[in-house]
Amino acid sequence: MFGNFDFDVIARTWKYLFFTGMTFTVELTLMAMVGGIIFGTILALGRLSHFKWLSMICATYVNGIRSVPLVLVIFWFYFLVPYIGAWVIGSPTPIPVGAFTSSLVTFILFEAAYYCEIMRAGIQSISRGQVMAGQALGMTYFQNMGHIVLPQAFRNMIPILLTQTIVLFQDVSLVSILSITDFVGAARKIAERDGRQAEMYLFVGIVYFVICLSLSMLVKQLQRRVAIVR
Amino acid sequence: MTREARRQFLRGAVQAVGLLAWIMALILGSIVGTVRTTPSKWAVRIGNGYVELFRNIPLLVQMYVWYFVIPEFLPGPIGSYIKSMPNEPFVTAVICLGFFTSARVAEQVRAGINSLPRGQSMAGTAMGLTPTQTYMKVILPQAFRIIIPPMTSEFLNVIKNSSVALYIGVMELTAQARSMQEFSFQVFEAFSAATLLYVAINVIVLNLMRFIENRTRVPGLIAVGGAKIAGH
Repeated sequence: MFGNFDFDVIARTWKYLFFTGMTFTVELTLMAMVGGIIFGTILALGRLSHFKWLSMICATYVNGIRSVPLVLVIFWFYFLVPYIGAWVIGSPTPIPVGAFTSSLVTFILFEAAYYCEIMRAGIQSISRGQVMAGQALGMTYFQNMGHIVLPQAFRNMIPILLTQTIVLFQDVSLVSILSITDFVGAARKIAERDGRQAEMYLFVGIVYFVICLSLSMLVKQLQRRVAIVR
Repeated sequence: MTREARRQFLRGAVQAVGLLAWIMALILGSIVGTVRTTPSKWAVRIGNGYVELFRNIPLLVQMYVWYFVIPEFLPGPIGSYIKSMPNEPFVTAVICLGFFTSARVAEQVRAGINSLPRGQSMAGTAMGLTPTQTYMKVILPQAFRIIIPPMTSEFLNVIKNSSVALYIGVMELTAQARSMQEFSFQVFEAFSAATLLYVAINVIVLNLMRFIENRTRVPGLIAVGGAKIAGH
């Protein structure tokens, strides 16, 4: 079964795979998560706002982003942003945007739409009485949100936010199409150089499976811990 | 956009990787999801393993595995036959996306069945129905109607995810836009067209499903949400 397999290629290159590739993937995941949750929360507040136009803009953004595939968004950003940038400042040549910056911005903007929906569900799950109590105490909108609603909403939604982050971690693999050396990109470079696709991709699949499965089991445990008994 | 480019683009759109994968996912997912609610411990464990396997590996990596690794594992003649198929990337993409989506469908089906009151299956047993009859005549008809809304978003997901097939060379919506760009350098037009097409598919499917949802609503039940799965 493994007759034609040569796992030596992994022994030779694992340092490159993990220190160059996995580091990039994890860095991008964490930064996109933080950025996405912050922007997503702002979007959620916008969607729930009483200002009709504001909630309409936010809803259109979220629904628009959610209806296009991530691959397409990555392309949009990578190929079009240099041109748009050039058009904005009137430069005759496209502005080069670095691979990391480009993919980070892409993921923050894209994931924010998904984090927004989670945060919106979280905010809506807080009972009205909480908001009213805050108002009765004379809190302003932002005090109310910052001290009462968001901390509770965030706490309730932590498991789902983390699950979404695991999905994000998996999605980062898509940037390898831009020849970026994330974990999959690094594996592909070596696989194509040495002609060892089968071993490499099998290894990549197993690594992802082990990491994501352990993370999701942790999340499940956390979910049991933070669940609020009502 | 030139006429030839437009025709190429449409040809790409009808290569319905997503649709075929969806049919496969519906069948497989329904079976696995149902199995996960049976009393048999082993069946449940196998079902859970199936779902975890396909949910914890990125779709792109799964595509690579199906394309590069699986043919190596098959016995010689079958493996080389598969490798020499003219539309191999297409078949691989459908199978891969089908399995990937089936795990998500299975999760929804299980959630739908579990959301029914336990009394339903008890009543079935009390009526003298066998477990199979209870599932076929009592539980599944209700569960499938309940999970229509989450299944709609899964359907939209499978269409969106079909764009990942690009990586193994299927000329599909996104890929088509890309090859057109190399062909004609009409970057903006090609990308806008692909994006608009995805948005259009989305709007059409959403409205269609809303109509179906209204027609098939189970009387006496308020809408029950499906499993909360993060995803795209």
